[in-house]
Amino acid sequence: MSAVSETGLASRAAAHASLVAARRLRPAEIAFWLMPIAGYFLFPDRLALLSEIAILGLFALSLDILLGFAGIVSLGHAAFFGLGAYTAGILGKYGWTEPLSGLAIAALVAGAVGFITSFLVLRGNDLTRLMVTLGVSLMLAEAANRLGWLTGGADGLTGVMIGPVFGVFEFDIFGVTAYWYAVGVLFVLFCLARYLASSVFGLTLRGIKGNSLRMAAIGAPVNLNLVTAYTIGAAYAGVAGGLLAQTTQFASLDVLEFQRSAEVLLVLLIGGSGYLYGGLIGAVLFKLMHDLLSDLTPQYWQFWLGILLVVLVLSSREGVRGLYLRVAARFARSRHPGRKGGAA
Amino acid sequence: MLTVLFDGVAYGMLLFILSCGLSVTLGMMNFVNLAHGAFAMIGGYATAQLMNEAGVPFLACLPVAFLIAAVLGLVLERTLYVRLYRKSHLDQVLFSIGLAFVAMSTMDYFFGAQQRLITLPDFLRGQFEVFGARIGVYRLFLIILCGLITIALQLFVSRTRIGSQLRAAVDDARVAGGLGINVSRIFAGTFAFGSGLAGLGGALGLDLLGVDPVFPIKYMIYFLIVVTVGGTRSMVGPFIAALIIGVADVAGKYYVPQVGAFVIYTVMVVILMIRPEGLMGRRATR
Repeated sequence: MSAVSETGLASRAAAHASLVAARRLRPAEIAFWLMPIAGYFLFPDRLALLSEIAILGLFALSLDILLGFAGIVSLGHAAFFGLGAYTAGILGKYGWTEPLSGLAIAALVAGAVGFITSFLVLRGNDLTRLMVTLGVSLMLAEAANRLGWLTGGADGLTGVMIGPVFGVFEFDIFGVTAYWYAVGVLFVLFCLARYLASSVFGLTLRGIKGNSLRMAAIGAPVNLNLVTAYTIGAAYAGVAGGLLAQTTQFASLDVLEFQRSAEVLLVLLIGGSGYLYGGLIGAVLFKLMHDLLSDLTPQYWQFWLGILLVVLVLSSREGVRGLYLRVAARFARSRHPGRKGGAA
Repeated sequence: MLTVLFDGVAYGMLLFILSCGLSVTLGMMNFVNLAHGAFAMIGGYATAQLMNEAGVPFLACLPVAFLIAAVLGLVLERTLYVRLYRKSHLDQVLFSIGLAFVAMSTMDYFFGAQQRLITLPDFLRGQFEVFGARIGVYRLFLIILCGLITIALQLFVSRTRIGSQLRAAVDDARVAGGLGINVSRIFAGTFAFGSGLAGLGGALGLDLLGVDPVFPIKYMIYFLIVVTVGGTRSMVGPFIAALIIGVADVAGKYYVPQVGAFVIYTVMVVILMIRPEGLMGRRATR
């Protein structure tokens, strides 16, 4: 009897230790976050591109919360990005020019729609989820197209005015403020996501992704957790969209397009999902590739996008992280010939 | 009123031919092929090119459109699709989106971005009136032709030896293989046939829908709606779903043009809410 409780206590302590260990900051992470600072000094004339990377990174992070942690597949994540973009844009157009509160409202709107639609999404299997998320995003795109008086329809939403950040830093034509604003928001939200991922909530999500039946059997509220994750993911995507609308002072129908949902999936595919940094790394690689390839063949970027998707899926969908882990495993094996190789 | 119903039925029939290949791969083989519309697009382009450039008569183009799409389907199934049967739905989705993107930009490269249209032969044009409903000759032709194909398909799947082998292979590929059925050949043949039907649908739809490089994405949602709403058990479910969607879409555009495509998205989401397995579906076995 006491042996049982002792092992229980021991495993509890071990679990606590692993939770704390997961939260510890690793040197590679600090190096990673030095990159945006380095980028600012190395490419001062490409700040627009760098801001786009930060925004795409945040968008991919929001999808990673759904896909990588909760295991919810989505073909229509652009719905929330677009909602955020139009919310922030419309606020700016009609006089609410304070950027941070605009972002917060964008997050609230996207999160609220995410919360409502999550009940539709959580029914059924993967296939139904793909269809319902796609359907919801198409409905929103059609709505934005029809509500021309509000959204500007096919011409896009123009005349967006955004005030200075914290009331001090005006948005300038060089994109300096826009860049630091986007990177700052990304950093704060990333830290929050990182905290959530190693919290009990994050671990429960991973458990549900692994086996939702067993998680339900040990008493975890499966649906409540999934609804929460979906809502958070939607709100994050809304912030990403809001950032885009605020920094470019424009929003058009393409923020809601199917293409965008497909692109963000590809970003996550490149970077690898389920460890938070995948979306950011994927966004960097994706945007650089986009920049390079559209310089070569501006019209046929979509062709390369398609080839990339096909090749990545056929090569077993591990992304750069899978590549890294495999190389690392081989390295470890050659150093310790006796041990069995193979990483997570 | 009757005219709307008639047009809707014709449109639904066309949708069924376009998507019944998908209803087999997605519904029965459990493979999410978002590139299905690409085969329809190929068929459409083949017909438009043959008719406008080479002067081939419309009816002669139809089998050609079928064959081109079927051969392409067969080649792609053997080389690429076959590796993905066992992967997750998400992998299949990403893969087939990639394929659709490649097909779309290839068509854009060769034929340009503008929409291709054709002129129908004289005997398929015009309309006449029955009981106050205006009946378009071409739409009547569509209903008859697609109706015949549908009946043939249903009989084929439910009555013939190959049909029952297909159903067996779909239900449990391992056991079917153990019974001596060549599962991979059945799948390849079915995939090719479904792609061919999509190509035929693309050709038949030229007059109503036209064809342009964004065709696969533009109509993807319609195909998916037909299949997911129709369920996976037989040809009947997708057929009924196609008719519902066709009539709903035509009626929606006719009576409430300001809401546009909203009607069918709502129809889809609502039906999936009530019956996640589709109208005539049963719960997925895996």
